[in-house]
Amino acid sequence: MDLILGLFTGIVFGFLLQKGEVLRFEKQVGFMLLKDMTIIKFMFSAVLVGMVGINGCHSLGLISLSIKSTNIGAIAAGGTLFGIGWAIAGFCPGTSVGALAEGRIHALWAILGMLFGAAAYAEAYPFLSNTVLKFGDYGKITLPQILDISKWIVIAIFIAFGLVMFTWFEKRNL
Amino acid sequence: MKPVLSAKRWSPYLAGALVGILSTLTVLLTTSVLNKPQYLGASTTFVRVAGITEETLAPEHVVANEYFTKTKIKVDWQMMVVCGIFLGALLSARLGKSSLYETVPPIWKESFGDSVLLRGVAAFIGGAILLFGARLAGGCPSGHGLSGNMQLAVSGLLALVFFIISGVVTARFIYGRRR
Repeated sequence: MDLILGLFTGIVFGFLLQKGEVLRFEKQVGFMLLKDMTIIKFMFSAVLVGMVGINGCHSLGLISLSIKSTNIGAIAAGGTLFGIGWAIAGFCPGTSVGALAEGRIHALWAILGMLFGAAAYAEAYPFLSNTVLKFGDYGKITLPQILDISKWIVIAIFIAFGLVMFTWFEKRNL
Repeated sequence: MKPVLSAKRWSPYLAGALVGILSTLTVLLTTSVLNKPQYLGASTTFVRVAGITEETLAPEHVVANEYFTKTKIKVDWQMMVVCGIFLGALLSARLGKSSLYETVPPIWKESFGDSVLLRGVAAFIGGAILLFGARLAGGCPSGHGLSGNMQLAVSGLLALVFFIISGVVTARFIYGRRR
């Protein structure tokens, strides 16, 4: 059952990624060159709507959260490596398979590279878990917790920030 | 419905907002059906596929590996999501007639020429670096960027900031200077 649900979710997700035109190398690198904000419009819209949906359901006790640990050393090092690879490849893990589906054949090389990188990470894991992964682990924390304010205030700030940013993008034709 | 589904593109705001709704519904549905909330992600699947591939070549090596044991090498919900992304994108591109056969993208060509081999090698190296980084950071733009931020996780925001700053600086360095 979980496999069928996953496949269904993936098909809708892939459909929306393609319709939003965010799968393309030109859009991904276009953002990194700060010339085309399509992927940010897409991602921020998803996050703002999802924030209200997920937190609303959580407040009603319908779902539980699944927060990833704030491991500052690992996120800083891993995030920086990710950005370097992302700029070179022009795809991220989720978009690469969709890009291949819409004819961007070169995404195949990126996907094979990602599998190689995954295997390399598994080999490096024993070393990393005793070093980088031990530096500055603050556990599963959220923004409302560290700011000590209601989550709905945090969400309101995100939405206000998002709307100002979207207006600015449209004004500048980005 | 047909004209909408066969449109060449949708506004990124609309498509993105629908992903927000999809994420919420997915968590609700997996909670009620599977008793376990599933949040969108993608990068762990690459670890599992790499593990399954290695299993056919050197099964003892996979069993002995701490990370493969921890990640549980099997076909799971997220792997089906990644397969679904391929099918959904294929369907959307076919309906909207927006497929484009591309071996070397234009921005790449401007800086590095039209060699398919050079682009292929670079895409492979970039892919390897980014996935290693995503696993070290604990997620990619789906798991951290979308799901993490929807849950207001500190880790999600921090990771997204690092992804973006590093991506922007690197892109400027590799595509910007030859213009």
